[in-house]
Amino acid sequence: MENNAFYVAISLLLDVDAALFSIVALSMQVSLLAVLVAALLGFPLGAAVALWRFPGRGGVIVTLNALMGLPPVVAGLTVYLLLSRAGPLGELGLLFTPGAMVIAQVILVLPILAALSRQKVEELLGEYQEQFISLGMSRARMMPTLLWDARFALLTILLAGFGRASAEVGAVMMVGGNIEGVTRVMTTSIVLETGKGNLPLALGLGIVLLALVMLVNAGAYLVGELARRRTG
Amino acid sequence: MTSLNTNMLPLSAPSNTPTLNFEEVAFCGQERTLLAPSSFTLASVGPTLVMGPNGAGKSLLLRLAHGLLTPSRGRVIWSDGERPRQAMVFQQPVMLRRSAVANVIHALAVNKVPHRSRSRRALDALERFGLATCAHTPARLLSGGQQQRLALARAWALSPRVLFLDEPTSALDPAAIKAVEAAVQEFHCQGTRIVMTTHDIHQARRLAGDVLFLSGGHVREHTPADTFFDHPASREAQAFIAGELIE
Repeated sequence: MENNAFYVAISLLLDVDAALFSIVALSMQVSLLAVLVAALLGFPLGAAVALWRFPGRGGVIVTLNALMGLPPVVAGLTVYLLLSRAGPLGELGLLFTPGAMVIAQVILVLPILAALSRQKVEELLGEYQEQFISLGMSRARMMPTLLWDARFALLTILLAGFGRASAEVGAVMMVGGNIEGVTRVMTTSIVLETGKGNLPLALGLGIVLLALVMLVNAGAYLVGELARRRTG
Repeated sequence: MTSLNTNMLPLSAPSNTPTLNFEEVAFCGQERTLLAPSSFTLASVGPTLVMGPNGAGKSLLLRLAHGLLTPSRGRVIWSDGERPRQAMVFQQPVMLRRSAVANVIHALAVNKVPHRSRSRRALDALERFGLATCAHTPARLLSGGQQQRLALARAWALSPRVLFLDEPTSALDPAAIKAVEAAVQEFHCQGTRIVMTTHDIHQARRLAGDVLFLSGGHVREHTPADTFFDHPASREAQAFIAGELIE
């Protein structure tokens, strides 16, 4: 019975173990902060690409779309090189801190938020453009209106970004180092426990992670439904 | 909404109605000329009804006048030199994904109306167009007729001096058409210049002060409504009024 992963998962959740709690809390903190930062940068970026025509716009769109599939280890390696002692940002001493993990996840999530919001905003712009020009709106003035009107779609996009951030292991492992009590998160713990042969615990952690991701997706679904009913 | 007899046109509108001048305005698409060089002046009281068969260039002419499109050649000139405040009501009303009142407030905000007075002005406009009870309904859940009235209320709140309407009633039932026509009359009585396209000859008879007739991308005639309906000058207009299928 003790070797059953579900049993481990449930007992992990029931007797709230301080070590586990800190791991889950750090996972959430890092990913939520990364998604927040990525949203503040990515949504205006996506909207700007949708709104303005400039040379190389096609290239920017292709790049953003391609970067949605950026392998986490590549993002991790890039941040590692930037933050390592000899790197250009080595002075900051961020390597192997949660801060480094946030930066790596921002790089992973930003293209998703920017590319998907660009698509949504462009679609809305097609519908609204004549009315906007008729109202005498500048492109800069259109941006907040479009982002607000796309709010429910953007929330779903945000949750997709959060899914990517909380589920990846390569980047946080490389720049965080999986240091117990400092940079250990759900995914790196699973890798560690699997390596140690503690499969029930690894699987139990996996189930907890899956439950969190399920929760996030259920949230996305509910928000989408609510939006459809309320705004037509 | 005030009840107006839609068969009666006011004898005169306030004299500050802006005058619109088209000076050899032409518009070319990718391969062909969509509007041949056209010159006319809208100086009379109006309302001006732009008529003609589908594809004649009516909507295009409206968009050029309103500034949604830039002419390929020629100039659009307003009487007092600068572009007067203006609004446009589209065939398919464009509504933001917000409540009815929030749609009007947004238009006021864009036009830099002070924050304090927006809400009151928006609700006044909704009330005038019989939409007070659905102020907080999501705009896109309103019926087609209600959405078109909301578009008119949004335009009203901006107090435009010129109002363009692009076949505003083509998708509406008779009751909704009556409401829109009454609203157009009300704008007209306030001294707003009305420029409206339609291909409904009965609607044009009810509303028109003067008629601008187009076919095939050419302005065929611009005459007072009575003259147009009783003695059309161009062969195309004669055929149009006679109900022939012209292109």
